[in-house]
This record gives sequence, structure tokens and C-alpha cells, in this order.
Amino acid sequence: MSRLRAEGLTLSYDQRVVTENLGVTVPDGSFTVIVGPNACGKSTLLKALARLLGPKAGQVYLDEKAIGSYSSKQVAHRLGMLPQTPIAPNGITVGDLVARGRYAHQSLLRQWSKEDEAVVVEAMEQTSVHELAKRYVGELSGGQRQRVWLAMALAQQTPILLLDEPTTYLDITHQVEVLDLCADLHEQGRTLVAVLHDLNLATRYATHLIAMREGRIVAEGDPGRIVTAEMVEQTFGLKCRVIPDPETGTPLIIPVDRAARRSGVGATLG
Amino acid sequence: MAVTADPPVRTRDRGGRDSLRLTGLLLALVLLGVVVVASLAFGAKFIPFGESWRLWWDNDGSSNAAIIHDLRLPRTMVGLMVGAALGLSGALMQALTLNPLAEPGLLGVNLGAATGVVLAIAFFGITTISGYVWFAFAGAALTSVVVFLLGNTGRSATPDRQILAGIAITTVMGSGIYAILVLRPEVFNKYRFWEVGSLGDVSVSAGWRVAPFVAIGIGLALALGPALNALAMGEETGRALGAHVMRTRLLGMLAVTLLCGGATAVVGPIYFVGLAVPHMTRMFTGPDQRWILLYSMVLAPVLLLLADIIGRVITAPSELQVGIVTAFVGAPVFIVLARRRRLAQL
Amino acid sequence: MSRAQVLSGAVVRNPTGSVSARIDLRAAAVTLVLVLLALAIALHSLASGDFEIPLPDVVRTLLGQETGGAKFIVLDLRLPRTLTALLVGAALGVSGAIFQSLTRNPLGSPDFIGLTIGASTGALLVILVLNGSTNQIALGALLGCAATAVAIYLLAYRRGAQSFRLILVGIGIGAMLDAFNSFLITRARLDEAVGAQVWLIGTLNGRSWDQVRPLLLAVIVLLPLAFWQSRHLNMLSLGDETATALGVPVERTRGLLFACAVALAAVATSAAGPIAFVALAAPQLAIRVTRSAGSGLASSAAMGALLLVASDWVAQRALPSGPVPVGIATGLLGGAYLCWLLVHEWRKGR
Ligand SMILES: Nc1ncnc2c1ncn2[C@@H]1O[C@H](COP(=O)(O)OP(=O)(O)OP(=O)(O)O)[C@@H](O)[C@H]1O
Ligand SMILES: [Mg+2]
Repeated sequence: MSRLRAEGLTLSYDQRVVTENLGVTVPDGSFTVIVGPNACGKSTLLKALARLLGPKAGQVYLDEKAIGSYSSKQVAHRLGMLPQTPIAPNGITVGDLVARGRYAHQSLLRQWSKEDEAVVVEAMEQTSVHELAKRYVGELSGGQRQRVWLAMALAQQTPILLLDEPTTYLDITHQVEVLDLCADLHEQGRTLVAVLHDLNLATRYATHLIAMREGRIVAEGDPGRIVTAEMVEQTFGLKCRVIPDPETGTPLIIPVDRAARRSGVGATLG
Repeated sequence: MAVTADPPVRTRDRGGRDSLRLTGLLLALVLLGVVVVASLAFGAKFIPFGESWRLWWDNDGSSNAAIIHDLRLPRTMVGLMVGAALGLSGALMQALTLNPLAEPGLLGVNLGAATGVVLAIAFFGITTISGYVWFAFAGAALTSVVVFLLGNTGRSATPDRQILAGIAITTVMGSGIYAILVLRPEVFNKYRFWEVGSLGDVSVSAGWRVAPFVAIGIGLALALGPALNALAMGEETGRALGAHVMRTRLLGMLAVTLLCGGATAVVGPIYFVGLAVPHMTRMFTGPDQRWILLYSMVLAPVLLLLADIIGRVITAPSELQVGIVTAFVGAPVFIVLARRRRLAQL
Repeated sequence: MSRAQVLSGAVVRNPTGSVSARIDLRAAAVTLVLVLLALAIALHSLASGDFEIPLPDVVRTLLGQETGGAKFIVLDLRLPRTLTALLVGAALGVSGAIFQSLTRNPLGSPDFIGLTIGASTGALLVILVLNGSTNQIALGALLGCAATAVAIYLLAYRRGAQSFRLILVGIGIGAMLDAFNSFLITRARLDEAVGAQVWLIGTLNGRSWDQVRPLLLAVIVLLPLAFWQSRHLNMLSLGDETATALGVPVERTRGLLFACAVALAAVATSAAGPIAFVALAAPQLAIRVTRSAGSGLASSAAMGALLLVASDWVAQRALPSGPVPVGIATGLLGGAYLCWLLVHEWRKGR
């Protein structure tokens, strides 16, 4: 049994169908990472799992009940989501933005409890943005902003957390820091689903990997087992070698040399 | 690691889209031709089509020939010019403010023209359309300069600020106008007919006087297309793409003033065309400003002339002002389109 | 009260911490000042006029301690007018703030999307076609506005009513109604047209308790409703997706707020005519004075009320030309103030 799964999902924007009859199960307590080429439908799938996009057909189940049967606040207590390109309101400060993550825990009479304060401070420390609290979000660097959004999602304190490309804009240190943080959260028992573009980091951190292409799942499972040169080529259309990571032993993906690809050995994208 | 589509495919695609848009434009031109002919042939007085056709080539001095040559022809020509000017200025205004809801009146042009006209009526005793022209045009020009300065000075010259500046100034002027109108009913009596926007008693001489300005405006507007495309990416990206943001804004606003100011000076304020036509064309053309400008320039006069014909025929022998009919012809189309598609923001 | 560590405002909690509230100090202070200013001007306009009444007498009258002539002038002649100004201003300010916040566009005000135009159509039909009384005109405006709102919502509804589609449909309908209004005006006799024009500019002349009572009732119900929803409104500024993810019932919140804003615009317009600019400017002025990132409903309400009482005073007494409809003064005062703020902003280089 799994807390979050989807069956027979058909997802579309107006006329454009992105996925058809897609089934996904997020294993409980996993750190699931979704990879796939641009525009293959990763964000779309994540939005559907977080009920931000209603499916044309199929159903998303949260704790064995259709996600639509919960109130918005009830879902927000169990499942959090960081969209790929969130919009910040004009003239808002970092602290105020992160504080908005607490919405589901607040009410008219409880607008800012001590707990809210403590959770927000902790989330900001975990993402190292606590020193930015009084700055304006519009005046931050791309990476700082990304970490602020992550802090907001963390402040929601949900057992299931969906993150759409949490590491974009981040330098290598911060990428690793954010993923370490995700790993910590995972160890504390949370279920994480993240879209990542760096395959090597994905295989390193994921306990469960889902590879997508054109709206379908190409492969899924333990990254150590499923990541092979064929699988990467099938997913991304890129010829590469897979060797064990000297640091962790997880698969390390190395694109083959440009010259070798050009001389016809390389894959073409259909 | 990013995978991109095959470049050749993309170019072919783009070429296909361009030729589609070109075909559409030609269709629009044909449509415009049909409407122009109809505008010459139909009117409050019924003249059989064959007769109109003969009289068009052979001005025999009869009263019907006079109707076609002296009434319908100038009216059609002015409608053509005014429509093109309004469509273009609307498209420019939306591109310059990055706001798909903007209309040329936001630069203060209409209110400026109105102020000129009210002053002309109230203090100079002028009551003919051709007499209004220079007052209206000067009012439009002065006001847009003030609005532009207020909206663009200082570091925070954002598009929203430009809009607010327009609103602030036009409101002050509008209040001034209303004060005069309320206190002097005889001025109001003239103004209420000008304010509707009408091709009914256009004056050819007024049309000729503003024509050079409108022509300059059209040239300027069309030349700005590529720069506006760069601007649409936002100020920073636009600058990176090589756009001179300030220069584009300045020239763009100048063109709006010439176009919309000229149009308003001749026929009075007509609001809906400048807002709706560029918006509707964007659904066919996509966000490329060059196409939006061209389409708006052709389609706006179609709407205006069509509305004018309907206004002439529907309550013949009296007629309904074009400003009134335009909304009733254009708005339903606008609403249907708004329902059918998620409209592109810009 | 304590200053919050991370928030920009302050927080008030009861000792057990079970009840807590967030306060934006600057916004609260500004709102208070605006309210006090509005009340001061209101008192002043109760006292002044053709027949001057000393301020202490006015206050005593309001407290019910005065009888006779002063009572009649203050309570029956002047108070309805002043109250109407305050209530209409507050209603328009809040309505505009909600619309602008929902649409994230300074142009998304009830004037722009055709609501007040619909009200005008209703009123013009009563004035020019039915020759109705003041109360009937108000009713006509109310019905016109409501009918327009329903039409807009129905036409814009398609798998949910997107804000942007609402505006576009509103603009389309507004354009038609506006054209129809012009048609009515050009077909009317001059004296009737002038009367209609005065209504269109917005006027507070001849208000009596009959008109104030329903307005008061509506505002007492609607304003708290709007304030109660303002927390959710602020969340909507994160965009539909993020707001949903954080637990906001987006469609329901938007529907409720839309209805609330429409109702406020409708009662305000039916009470005083489509006073242009207040709904548009009050929120913008409030944002600039409070420098707050929220939707600023309270400060917009206070700003709207202040704008309208001050304008009414100017329109009645301060112009050399004699009394003019209040809408003229709101345009002059509000427009000039907005210009000043914009100039001030660029001087400071913000
Ligand atoms: N709001 C939208 N309206 C219409 N089409 C959309 C929308 N969002 C995404 N799409 C389309 O749906 C498809 C899948 O998009 P999606 O955002 O899920 O891709 P993705 O896998 O997240 O890509 P990336 O790695 O670039 O983020 C794409 O073809 C995209 O163009
Ligand atoms: Mg994505």
C-alpha cells in the first residue's frame, strides 16, 4: 500500500495531451526522483499528483481516497508541492513569503502561533536563508530565491513533499546541500518526490528512480539496478557510458565523446 | 543534457506558420476591399448596386452620383484612415505597456483631444468638426507628452507606472471637462455628439489636414515592430537583445499620439477598436509584433467600416454613430474569442 | 505585542498562545490616520454650510443631546450625505482592491470591466425612459450592475472562471453597454441629458435616510466579509498553483471575493452614481502610502472614504464656480494626488 499513487491518468492542457493512461506509485518513505528530457511531462505529472491539475481521465489517490474528495486544507496537511516557476507577489519580504507556507496551519484566530514562528525559522535555517529574512524577494539572486521557495515548502511540514527541480539556479555546493537536506528529511521519515536534471546526483540520492519520456514511464525502480547505458539512451537519446561512481558506487553517467557521437555511433532523436 | 528539436524541422515549421500568416493577411486585405466597396455602395439612400458601379466610373452629376462621390467616398476614405490609425495605435500601446488591456486612450490622447474640443466650443465658439481639428490634435499631443514624462521619468519607469500616469492625468482632465459641461449645458449639447465618435459628418478638409501626421505615425509604427518584439521579453532581456528601451518607448508613444490623436481629431473618440482589434489579432498571429501591427492595421478599418455601414442602413434614413455600432459589432466577436481560447497574455 | 523575528510586521498573542494575530504596523498606523482624517473632514462638513453650526453642537447632536433646529440640519439634512460619502468611498475602495488583487492588474477595477457601466445603463433607462424617482434610479442601477455581473460570470464560465477571462468578457460587455449609454444620451432632450450626465459623473445631492439605510446595511455585511477573506486573497497573489499547493480553496475563494466586490460596487454605484476613479485609485494610493505587499483592504477602504468625503467638501464649497457633482472633485483630487505620488516616487528614485 502506498500513500500516494495514480491510476490511468490522462493529462492535457486544453487540446494538447501530455500523458495517456499513466499509472504511478510513490513508495512510502522513498526519495523518488523523476528524470526525463525537457517537455516529457514531469512537471505535468507532479501537478496532477498535487491536485493542481485535474486529470481528463484517471484518478490520483492520497491515502487510498481520491485526492479530490479532500478539502484543499486537508491535502495541504499531508502533501506539499513546490512548482517549477512560482510567482512572488510584488514587494514581499523573504520572511513573509516563507511564512505563507504555514497557511494550512493557520486560522482567523491563530494567525501566527509560536509553533509557526519556530517552524519557519527552522526551515529558513535549513535552507540557509535566515539572514535574508527582511530582504525583498525581488532583489535576490536566482539561487537565493530558489532556496527561499524551498524554505516555504518545508515550512508547510507535510509528510509527503513534491519538489519540481529544487536545484535549478543553484551552484554545486548549494545543489549538494539541498539534496543533503532532502536526504535528511527522507531519513526522518518523509516521502519525497523530486524532479532533477542532473542524472548523477539523481542516482546518488534517489531510492526510487522514475525515468519518463514523452508522457510514458520508460523505467522505474532502484537506480543502482535500472540505470544502464541502454536505459539512458532510450530515455534521453544520448549515447553514454555508465560506470560506478568512485565515491558512492552508484551509477555514474558519462556522455560519449562528441566525435564518437558524430561518426554515427550516436543516437538520433526520433 | 538538454535535448532540442531538430533545427531544420523548426525552420520549416516557422516558414509554414509565416506563409499561413501571409495568407491570412491577404484574406484580410480582400475583406477590407469588400468592405470598402460595400461602404461606397450601401447607405441611408438605397442605390442599386449596378447603378452605383456605373456612377463610380461615370460621375454624371446626378444626385446619386453626388451621394457616392461627395458623401460616401470621403466618408469611406476617412474611415479607412481612422480605422488603420486606431488599430495600429492600440497594438503599439499594448506592446509598449506590456499590458494586453491597454488602449491608446491611456496615453491621454482621447481626453486631451476632448479637452481641446471642449475649450474650442466653450471659449472660442467653434462648432464645426473641421474647426475642432487643430484643438483636438494639439490637446492630444500636449497631454500625451505630459503623461509620457510622468510615466517615464526616474528609475522606476515600469509599464504599470506608465498606465497609472495615464490614468491620473486623464482623470484630472476629465474632471475639468465635466466641470465645464455641467456648468454650461450649451457646450455639453455640442460635446455629446462629438464624444460618441461619428463618421456621419466628416470633413474632407479635416481628414486631409491630419493625413500627413497619420502617415508618419503608420511608418513609425511599422518600423518599430522588431524593437517591440525585443521589448516584449521584458526590459532586461530586451536590452540584452539589443533594443533601445527608452528610444523605442519614446518613438512608440510618438506614433500613438500621431495616430490616435489624428484619428480622434477627425471623428471623435472611438474606444473599442484600439483595445479589441490588436487583442483579437494576437490570437491568430501569435505574439510577433510585426504581424500584430500589420493585421491590426488591416482589420481595424474592416470593423470600423462595417460598423459604419450597419449604422447607416439599420435606422435609415437617420443614422447610428459609428462609435456606438462598433461596440455592438466588435464586442460579441471579442467575447466569443475570449471564451474559446486562453488568450495569450502578450 | 512582539516584533516577529522573521515577519515584517508585529504579532499579538494571548498569554496561552491559542489566539494570535499579525499586524502590519505601518499599514495599521496609516489606516488609522486616514480614518481619523476622514472623520475630521466628515465632522467639519456636518458643521459647515449655509447655516454654520459650532462643532461642539454637532458632536452633541450626534450623541443625541441636542434638539431643535441644529438637530434637523445635522441629522436629517447633512448626516445622510456625509455618511453616504464615507460608505460609498469605503465600498468602492475595497471593491477596487479586491478586483485589482484578483486580476493582478491596476486596470482590473469595476469601472474597467463594465460593472459600473452596467449600473449606469440601468440608471439611465430609469432616468431617460421611465422618468423615475431617486429611489427608482438607485434600484435601476443596482439591477443593472447585478445583471451585468451575472452576464459576465456566465459568459466567462468555462471549466472555472479565470480572472483574465472575466476581465475580457467584462470589457466586451462594458463596451456594448457604454455604446448603448451614449446612444441614450444622444437621443435624449438636452435638459434630460444634462440630468443624466450629472448622475453619470456621480453626485451626493438630495440624499436622505431612505437611501442611506440600505447602503449602511449592505456595507455592514459586506465589508467584514471582505476583510475576513483578505488572508486568502493575499495567498492568491502567489498564483493559482502555489496557492492551491499551500491549501487555499482557490475557486471558492475567488468566487466569494468576486461576488463580494461586485456587491460592494453595486450598492456604492446605486447610492451615488458611478463615481469614476475611486475604485481604481484608492487601492493604488493605499499601496503607495502603506508600502505593504498585501491587498490592503482596510487601508483601501479608509483611503476611499477619505477621498470621497474630502471630494464632497471640495465639490460643495471650495470651487469658485459653485457646487459641482462630487465625481468631478474625486477626479481632480485623486488624480492630482496620484500625480504627486508618482512624481514623488521618481524623485526618490524608487
Ligand atoms: N500551461 C501549459 N499550457 C499548455 N501546455 C503546457 C503547459 N505546461 C506545459 N505544457 C506542455 O506540456 C508538455 C509537458 O510539459 P512539462 O512542463 O510537464 O514538461 P517537463 O517534463 O516538466 O519539462 P522541463 O524539464 O522542461 O521542465 C510540454 O509539451 C509543454 O509544452
Ligand atoms: Mg518541468
